[in-house]
Amino acid sequence: MYSEKVMDHFQHPRNMGEIENASGIGTVGNAKCGDIMRIFLDIDENGIIRDVKFKTFGCGAAVATSSMATELVKGKSIQEAMKVTNQAVMEALDGLPPVKVHCSLLAEEAIHAALWDYATKNNIKIEGLQKPKSDIHEGEEEEEY
Amino acid sequence: MKKPIYLDNAATTVTRQEVIEEMLPYFGEFYGNPSTVYSLGTASKQAEEKARQIIGDSLGVPAQDIYFTAGGTEADNWAIKATAEAYANKGKHIITSKIEHHAVLHTCQYLEQHGYEVTYLDVDEDGLISLDELKSAIRPDTILISIMFANNEIGTIEPIAKIGEIAKANGIIFHTDAVQAYGQLPINAQTMHIDMLSASGHKLNGPKGIGFLYIRKGLKLKSFIHGGAQERKRRAGTENVPGIVGLGKAAELAMETMQERTQKEIALRDHLIERVLKEIPYTRLNGHKTLRLPNNTNFCFQFIEGESMLMMLDMAGICGSSGSACTSGSLDPSHVLLAIGLPHEIAHGSLRLTLSYETTLEEIDYTVEQLKMIIEKLRAMSPLYADFIKKQNKSR
Repeated sequence: MYSEKVMDHFQHPRNMGEIENASGIGTVGNAKCGDIMRIFLDIDENGIIRDVKFKTFGCGAAVATSSMATELVKGKSIQEAMKVTNQAVMEALDGLPPVKVHCSLLAEEAIHAALWDYATKNNIKIEGLQKPKSDIHEGEEEEEY
Repeated sequence: MKKPIYLDNAATTVTRQEVIEEMLPYFGEFYGNPSTVYSLGTASKQAEEKARQIIGDSLGVPAQDIYFTAGGTEADNWAIKATAEAYANKGKHIITSKIEHHAVLHTCQYLEQHGYEVTYLDVDEDGLISLDELKSAIRPDTILISIMFANNEIGTIEPIAKIGEIAKANGIIFHTDAVQAYGQLPINAQTMHIDMLSASGHKLNGPKGIGFLYIRKGLKLKSFIHGGAQERKRRAGTENVPGIVGLGKAAELAMETMQERTQKEIALRDHLIERVLKEIPYTRLNGHKTLRLPNNTNFCFQFIEGESMLMMLDMAGICGSSGSACTSGSLDPSHVLLAIGLPHEIAHGSLRLTLSYETTLEEIDYTVEQLKMIIEKLRAMSPLYADFIKKQNKSR
């Protein structure tokens, strides 16, 4: 059902973890639907993504797309990271089954949410970036437990 | 491929070697059509009737009331649709439960689109229906009660004999989907007042593509498949003779070995449940503790998602199943887990492991060890778990 690349990223996720004092954090998805993705960005003074980490609650495709998305933005400029679309993530993974396409959307949204967080904290504007729809702020989900 | 540790026996079972051997002559040697007059056909007919007798005996009912179908789903469809059609002049109300298999639920939903009313009974946190709720759901126009013998996901065994009594006292036909229970639990359709019962071959180490519907004599159900006089004119089509022979053999073996086999399975099941609940934190058992199928376990592990867990188990050579949305192909997790009151995010982390007569203690212990590592790994990856730990540290 999954491509070899998806299986590889699922079995050996790249950049899994957290970044302390991250420049930007974005959490998207919904525990109700079974997918939550959180991206941590460390952005240097030149606007280059020095490091990126993820944590994901979700299916195999969600884990693999998170992993691939972090690979695609690592070392890139903010403008380059903005070009990492769900399509790009899917292509890099050699495709996803149709029912799993929404997982790749989540990866794109998570990166955008983290960039939005960074932009808000630093009071800057990133061209083409809109306020994420499904960003979950920390603590918001408390009643879920 | 290395032989997997197969713990998905509620999905399907291995066809037993004795069953395969019993079936084989009916492909190449005794291939005659049972409806013919020559002796080649008679051999098929006799084999078919032998299987029917075994199954009738296993339920304490006359063999002639057993009708072979292409499986449990067809049997459920037939029982419900044919009752609805035959008794429409009495009424158009059906009672079932929220935790039925989709073969029952979707059939009921189909009937709702055709002018029937269906009451879906709630279940408690263990998955049991309430007999009082059942009684109060009965109306003058109720024609059918369809409640499963035991649930396929959480293994809970419903109070079938009591439901049968209530149905009988109210003059309502009682159907039970016994696809999971048949071969695992003793069933007597007479004393339990069961009017119709569905079962499937491949859940009891028989072949796939064969099942049966028991229809108590006297029910005026019409034929479901038209086109011939087979199955007493009620289910047309040349019979699946090898399948029927296999189902008969599987039923015979299941009945013979039931006590010893299920005792062994219960011991292993309880060992698995005990270890998982004790050794893996933030875990719950789904389904009733004791009113439970001998081979069923079903857990929820908080903060993780089922499909990831299944994929990692597969890498460790273990086959299981989950009620997460990702495995169901929709955004909603299992309707059964939601019906017992679990919130969505907990239901997504469910794991069903169902044993067989071949399951060993070593396999169970290996599975628990693997599961501990897998869940730790997935929790380390989970933002929900990170938030939970952070919150706990804060409140300390």
